[in-house]
Amino acid sequence: MQYAPSPPSARPRRSLARFLPQAVLAPSLAATFLYVVVFALWSVWIALSNSTLLPDYSYAGFIHFAELWRNHRWTIAYTNLFLFGTLYVIGATLLGLLLAILIDQRVRAEALWRTIFLYPLAISFVVTGTVWRWIFNPTSGVQQLVRDLGWAGFTFDWIVRRDLAIYTVVITGIWQASGFAMALFLAGLRAVDPDLVKAAQIDGARMSRIYLRIILPSIRPIFIAVMVILLQFAIKTFDLVLALTSGGPGISTTVPAIYVYDLMFQRGQLGEGAAAAIMVLLALLLVLVPYGVWIGWQRRRERAHG
Amino acid sequence: MASLGIRGVTKRFGALAVLENIDLDVEPGEFIVLVGPSGCGKSTLLAMIAGLETPSAGEIRIGGRVVNDVPPKDRDIAMVFQSYALYPTMTVRQNITFGMESRRVPRAQQDAAVARVAALLQIETLLRRRPAQLSGGQRQRVAMGRALVRDPALFLFDEPLSNLDAKLRIEMRTEIKKLHQRLGKTTVYVTHDQVEAMTLASRIAVMHRGRVQQFDRPRIVYERPANMFVAGFMGAPAMNFLAAEVVIADGRPALVLSEGAKSAPLPVPPVGPGVMLRAGRRVVLGIRPETLADAARPHLEPGSAHAVLDGIVEVVEPTGPETMVVVRLGGREVVARFDPDAAPTVGERVSLGVDLAKACLFDPDSERLI
Repeated sequence: MQYAPSPPSARPRRSLARFLPQAVLAPSLAATFLYVVVFALWSVWIALSNSTLLPDYSYAGFIHFAELWRNHRWTIAYTNLFLFGTLYVIGATLLGLLLAILIDQRVRAEALWRTIFLYPLAISFVVTGTVWRWIFNPTSGVQQLVRDLGWAGFTFDWIVRRDLAIYTVVITGIWQASGFAMALFLAGLRAVDPDLVKAAQIDGARMSRIYLRIILPSIRPIFIAVMVILLQFAIKTFDLVLALTSGGPGISTTVPAIYVYDLMFQRGQLGEGAAAAIMVLLALLLVLVPYGVWIGWQRRRERAHG
Repeated sequence: MASLGIRGVTKRFGALAVLENIDLDVEPGEFIVLVGPSGCGKSTLLAMIAGLETPSAGEIRIGGRVVNDVPPKDRDIAMVFQSYALYPTMTVRQNITFGMESRRVPRAQQDAAVARVAALLQIETLLRRRPAQLSGGQRQRVAMGRALVRDPALFLFDEPLSNLDAKLRIEMRTEIKKLHQRLGKTTVYVTHDQVEAMTLASRIAVMHRGRVQQFDRPRIVYERPANMFVAGFMGAPAMNFLAAEVVIADGRPALVLSEGAKSAPLPVPPVGPGVMLRAGRRVVLGIRPETLADAARPHLEPGSAHAVLDGIVEVVEPTGPETMVVVRLGGREVVARFDPDAAPTVGERVSLGVDLAKACLFDPDSERLI
């Protein structure tokens, strides 16, 4: 043997130390594997099977997908997912960033503002949806209020317009999530070394340029965290839409989560519901895979230059 | 090159005065070091010179122009920060050119400036890297490059070496000195390290509690410290302070140590012009460790005012080139410098030769140099 034998008591302790991290991580890894990978594969299988009211594991091919895409309600829901998802994620990120930058200017009563902007997140989606339904409602909300103030011709009836109702969902979603984005951005802005700003001031950069070129690039990880979290909020949006518009007027604000729920638990169409869920997963991959590829490419480029 | 004038500058945060009535006049091309313990206000003073803080009162002039209301970018200064403050998402080249881009310097001129500075600091190979891919010493160089490329009237350094390890710190210190000798730019340098202050400065401003305690050449600050704070702060190990009383022996003033070692009256060290020491006056005798040494060693020049004190060795601290020995003289501990070959052992009785020509006398109440 090359090495001096370790004292007898040290050896079991060392193997325990090596084993402990794995042991601690194992349950959550197993749970993640079960709930994410296994259930996702199970859904794929069901989507490709003859399942209707009850699971039936005989292979049926892509009939459920074909059925899904023939359905006008699904195409609206899927389009809404992209429209809502894009506007909601970008809107909440930008508004949150703006609020964070404003609060970062050492405003007075900062804690109060922070609390006010963060509060919407503490309110359940159902309450948010209900309150905003009242606000948007032409006969009880903003429209009536402005008309009562004397502007008789004022119209703000997006919630009852088929073409505009989805934007009320976007506005409500942004209202709820931008405070959360603000909190994360503010934490990021506070972590930026104040000497960077001083150095840039001496370098003669205007404040807008300091933010665009120095501060915001250095909190890029926060942008990614915020956008990923908002994206999964967007995809699972369900109760907000249900409380705000119930998917209406007509079917104009239906989203995939409502559609999947409907098929699976109301109409007994497990196969088609699973197919719809797989489409949502694909939509998510459409965003995440290019992002992953981009990150990988950047790392490789950085290593090549290092 | 520009002069720097600071007149009556005061900075208050609420009721707390961080700086009080600071006056400093810096000649063009000088290298000024602001030194003092943390919280003495040196970094605040530098930030006000840079324009990152505004003085509550007083006037700051750069090159004769009052700059109190001039924003940092128009003061023609460049600054190196303790944290380096390199822009993390930019490459080294972008870090260096950012200021020129902000001032819309033509591209060709930018490239020439980068090439010049990169060659000067030997960072040509690093230009495409990001700060995270650099070592501490390389970051330090890039931070200096960013300052040098501006070719400013005034260089400001805020503790630029304190994040480096000891060996690198000494190397960079020498490089900064070389750079200054080569470029001759007026420089203000903040540090808490008295060795940096001594080695770099053409003049040192020792600061304490928001005031400049002494502003003079390093040698004067070291040999004739204006007060006991400066005497204790500059020099490591610190100056020894011994309480003493003036007596008249043979018609001339002499000193008797108040506590501890009985000895013959000591000769009086040099005092300021026109000072008369009356019998019975209490004083503090300040003796640097290197002037308090083994009495057997011939460090005392013949004819110099010297005396011999006896004490017991308490601690022996070898540093390599010399050995610091803590000796108890009656009631007081003093640090003396011994040759490593002649170092005593703990508990030994030693005779210390004091070179009083290089000692200082302070007033015990005002703590000022007499």
